[in-house]
Amino acid sequence: MGYPHEPHPKETLILSKHFGDAGARSYDGWVKCGGYQALKRALAMDPADVIEIVKESGLRGRGGAGFPTGLKWSFMPKERRKPHYLCCNADESEPGTFKDREIMRWTPHALIEGCAIAQHAIQAEVCYIYIRGEFTEPIAIMQAALDEAYREGVLGGNAMGTNRRIDMYIHRGAGAYICGEETALMNSIEGRRGNPRIRPPFPAQQGVFGMPTTINNVETLVSVLPVLNEGAEWYKDLSLGNPKSTGTKLFSVCGHVRKPGNYEVTMGFPLGELVNDLCGGMRDGRTLKACIPGGSSVPILNREETEACLLDYEGCVEQGTMLGSGGVIVFDDSADMVYQIMRLARFYAHESCAQCTQCREGTAWTVRILERILRGEGEMKDLDLLLDLSEQMTGKTICVLSDSCAAPIVSGIKKFRDEFEAYITGAKQPVAALT
Amino acid sequence: MTERQDVVTLTIDGVEVSAPKGMTVLEAAKRAGVVIPHYCYHPGLPVAGVCRMCLVHVENTPKLQIACAIPVADGMVVNPYHDEAVEARRGVLEFLLINHPLDCPICDQAGECELQNYVFREGRARTRYSPTYAKRFNPVEDFGGDILYVPNRCILCTRCVQFMEHVADDPVLNVSDRGDRAFIGIHPGEQLEHAWSGNVVDLCPVGSLISKDFLHKARAWELDKAPGVCTGCSQGCNVVLETLHNTVVRLRPRTNLEVNRFFMCDHGRLDYRWLNRGDRIEAPLVRQDGDLAAVDWHHALERAADIVKGSGGPIVVLASARASNEALFLATRVAGERFVGAFRVERVDGEEPLPGVPNLALRSERAPNVRGATELGYTETFDAAVTALADAAAVIVVDEPLDTVSNAALAKVPSVIYMGTTLPEPARVAQVVLPITNVAEEDGTFVNRDGRVQRYLQAKTGPGMARPAWWVLGELLVELGRGEPLATAGEAFEMLAGAVRAFDGISYDGLGYLGAVLGTAAKAEATA
Amino acid sequence: MKATGAYEPIFAGERRKRLDDVFTCYPTKRAALLPALWIVQQTHGWISDEAMTEVGQVLGVTAAYVKGVVTFYTMYHQHPVGRHFIQVCTTTPCNLCGAEGVVEAILEHTGCGDLGATSADGRFTVIEVECLGACGFPTAVMVDDDFIEGVTVDGVPELLGRYP
Repeated sequence: MGYPHEPHPKETLILSKHFGDAGARSYDGWVKCGGYQALKRALAMDPADVIEIVKESGLRGRGGAGFPTGLKWSFMPKERRKPHYLCCNADESEPGTFKDREIMRWTPHALIEGCAIAQHAIQAEVCYIYIRGEFTEPIAIMQAALDEAYREGVLGGNAMGTNRRIDMYIHRGAGAYICGEETALMNSIEGRRGNPRIRPPFPAQQGVFGMPTTINNVETLVSVLPVLNEGAEWYKDLSLGNPKSTGTKLFSVCGHVRKPGNYEVTMGFPLGELVNDLCGGMRDGRTLKACIPGGSSVPILNREETEACLLDYEGCVEQGTMLGSGGVIVFDDSADMVYQIMRLARFYAHESCAQCTQCREGTAWTVRILERILRGEGEMKDLDLLLDLSEQMTGKTICVLSDSCAAPIVSGIKKFRDEFEAYITGAKQPVAALT
Repeated sequence: MTERQDVVTLTIDGVEVSAPKGMTVLEAAKRAGVVIPHYCYHPGLPVAGVCRMCLVHVENTPKLQIACAIPVADGMVVNPYHDEAVEARRGVLEFLLINHPLDCPICDQAGECELQNYVFREGRARTRYSPTYAKRFNPVEDFGGDILYVPNRCILCTRCVQFMEHVADDPVLNVSDRGDRAFIGIHPGEQLEHAWSGNVVDLCPVGSLISKDFLHKARAWELDKAPGVCTGCSQGCNVVLETLHNTVVRLRPRTNLEVNRFFMCDHGRLDYRWLNRGDRIEAPLVRQDGDLAAVDWHHALERAADIVKGSGGPIVVLASARASNEALFLATRVAGERFVGAFRVERVDGEEPLPGVPNLALRSERAPNVRGATELGYTETFDAAVTALADAAAVIVVDEPLDTVSNAALAKVPSVIYMGTTLPEPARVAQVVLPITNVAEEDGTFVNRDGRVQRYLQAKTGPGMARPAWWVLGELLVELGRGEPLATAGEAFEMLAGAVRAFDGISYDGLGYLGAVLGTAAKAEATA
Repeated sequence: MKATGAYEPIFAGERRKRLDDVFTCYPTKRAALLPALWIVQQTHGWISDEAMTEVGQVLGVTAAYVKGVVTFYTMYHQHPVGRHFIQVCTTTPCNLCGAEGVVEAILEHTGCGDLGATSADGRFTVIEVECLGACGFPTAVMVDDDFIEGVTVDGVPELLGRYP
């Protein structure tokens, strides 16, 4: 195992082409790989034209929500009457997701280039790259690359010789999942608690420091490079399923597969093939039980759904789940779904920012009920209670953290009810560690 | 007049209402007579949007919306009682209660608690939280000033944090930790020392931030309440005087957007014990055979009238800037042509502003009616007046405590009529002592520093035979043959308003609960 | 940094210069709060109440404000910790692959006994953390600033040996 794995023939290597090649980390190495060509192209263009190309490419946000990137950029004021900001969301914390970390570790200049292009498009002089505090190695690599980029004149007061200013700073997080939520991220940059903000105002009107701001995920920003290098049409053609989902996407696969890791495939690639073929399937004697395809915040799929699921925004919705951040968590038949769902609930209870009542109290209560079931003290009505609490935690809060806690609970009880009932009836032994 | 395009029409709970653009649905709902339950929202604070209690159904909107944050729109149809909204609020209430100690029997807030009220209105009859789960527990903390924090009752609405940060501009409170471990925190080196920090107790919708002064003093439902005006300084903050068994036990701010919005300072809030003093004069006294002897009102007023009639030369009125306009005015009438009036006011260095509210501060002049006294012809020449007492034919003391006056100074005057609530040493030389009520025991008006005439209403009964100063002076005028009996403070005020130019156009009834500004009529005339 | 003697300011000399450099990256001083707290923690290993007061003074915010922020972010230590601070991911992906066994092994070999406790020799403090973001390479463990992937129960003694 370990990283990087040998590329699988069914992968489409665009973003991850240089993963594993330490040479691509440096400025020179990146230029040799064809780096900074996209930025040159972009800087020669009118910002509105850059936005138009990205719009045409069909590129959608890779952080989870799948919002069209060009459209998001177009929400920024056309005239720069006050400072505009770009925030790069590198707070990768969604359980199951570890793709942005690899992008930063192997191709830091790709991210710098992507940020600079976006900055040009939205007319932002300053970009903050918000990296989660635990990512010590990516932070060090990114910082070294930034220093190089300033030295080489990519960034600074005369960026790429255009006499324009492009600045980029790393802002290190300090342990808070919720800072991956875009408004919480802005608060965190401002030196505040990472509390999500109520919207409106939207970031494009009033974002970080009260100024027009765009927040993009790491993978989204590096995906802009092939769009500019190869053209919108070329990018748009990268689509195996629904034409509204274009390009390639990194899928982080973890859990009970033989070969976990990051796999880059074209949008619409079958999830079953990714798990069973590219990742080598389950360990000996084991069978696939369940899969969470888009990071822990999306509904769980059972085996049949997993095998029927196409990995694009629409294909996931068709199976009752979401593409999310592309963090694929695989469970084989040895997995205790009740216990693992409790662990997810614990995660959300731990990470709740404490603002909204439903989330603050609901996530913690959910954990208590699940722990009680696992102790063998649960009652059948606890399952209905869990579903009812989940209903109260869905669609009623500032951000979707409590919705994310509810998603695996609701789908878990629906699809694996027998495992919950086994703890309640005593058919399954209580979990000793919790008693 | 508002331009038509700045007003929108929407429907809230089936009632069509008009509201200015930019107003929130929660505020507009009040116009439709609907109070949408809420915790974190407060009209005096920035919108936090965190408690999620004010969720309402808005037609053609996929999700429930928080009424505190969404602006009104033309044609909007809001249903606060839609099944989904009611269910969502029931959910919030259930979540708020799971860790709540349910200690209402020993909670000061009981009876005026928004958690109690909304659970009563919309909550579930039974909890679904297993009794085997431990509830969150944190010990009571002293936040300094007058404030205790009972974290177990806290619902994390953050009103207190918002107030200290955005209104008091002294962010010494925070939300600490996160998730269900969160609580309102303070740094060990800091305290709630701000002059306005007591407002967090009023703002707290539950019994989490409580007043040490009021701790376990009364149940909210036993209190009688009367609208008043704070006497702590010349700002004239509108207050509610709350009494238990005829004793003032608490002052709280009363909303007046023109004066104090929703707030009052701690100095004014805690300055009420003097209203309950026990050493009161309970009967009129007159000097007989060298001693002061209790008599009935008729006898005392006769003696007072004799003094006024029998003396020639100046009649000096030593008045308090805490006396009502009505009393101050009638005293000038009693003295007539021979009136010389002086008052004294405690002045301290500096003001204590509330930064988030323009023109609101604990003022350096520590009396409520300096402006009124000045308008009515009194001057702040108290010490000079006292020094010159030798030339006075008579002195009428109106509620002035005589703290700075020596026994000898008054003894020089041939005749002293003393009207007061207590009998300080220098007043014992008086020929007549007339017991009056204090500000909590009478109706009347003050004029604040900005010229706003404001009414205060009686909150408790005075002791024994004590009567409002306006009544006493009115009767004295009758005794002098210069007036008709006055039945109410209102009649006294109308007499004043008819006689003093500055009060032109102001009527007692017109003052309502929010007051009116002096000179408004004159200004209107000038522009007409 | 127990309160023995006078408090020595953290933001002096080179550290003050570092902070001044941080200020140039943001339009407000407040925005330097997270970086400033990192400097404090790198200097002292944890963030004391006194340090929060100093940070507040330097940035023009109250100590209470600083504390509210410190308590939000789990990587800031509000108490002294062992010489080496070990964080073991036990969220679902690592959990599926045996993270709880790794925690047990680390607790046993460090002699910490309980999560959050510091070993008697002051060498280690161990905590469980939520997802470290290396789910494909379980179990993910952080020792101080080192991010270590693929830790197994058997590998624990060797791992700990690297941190005397």
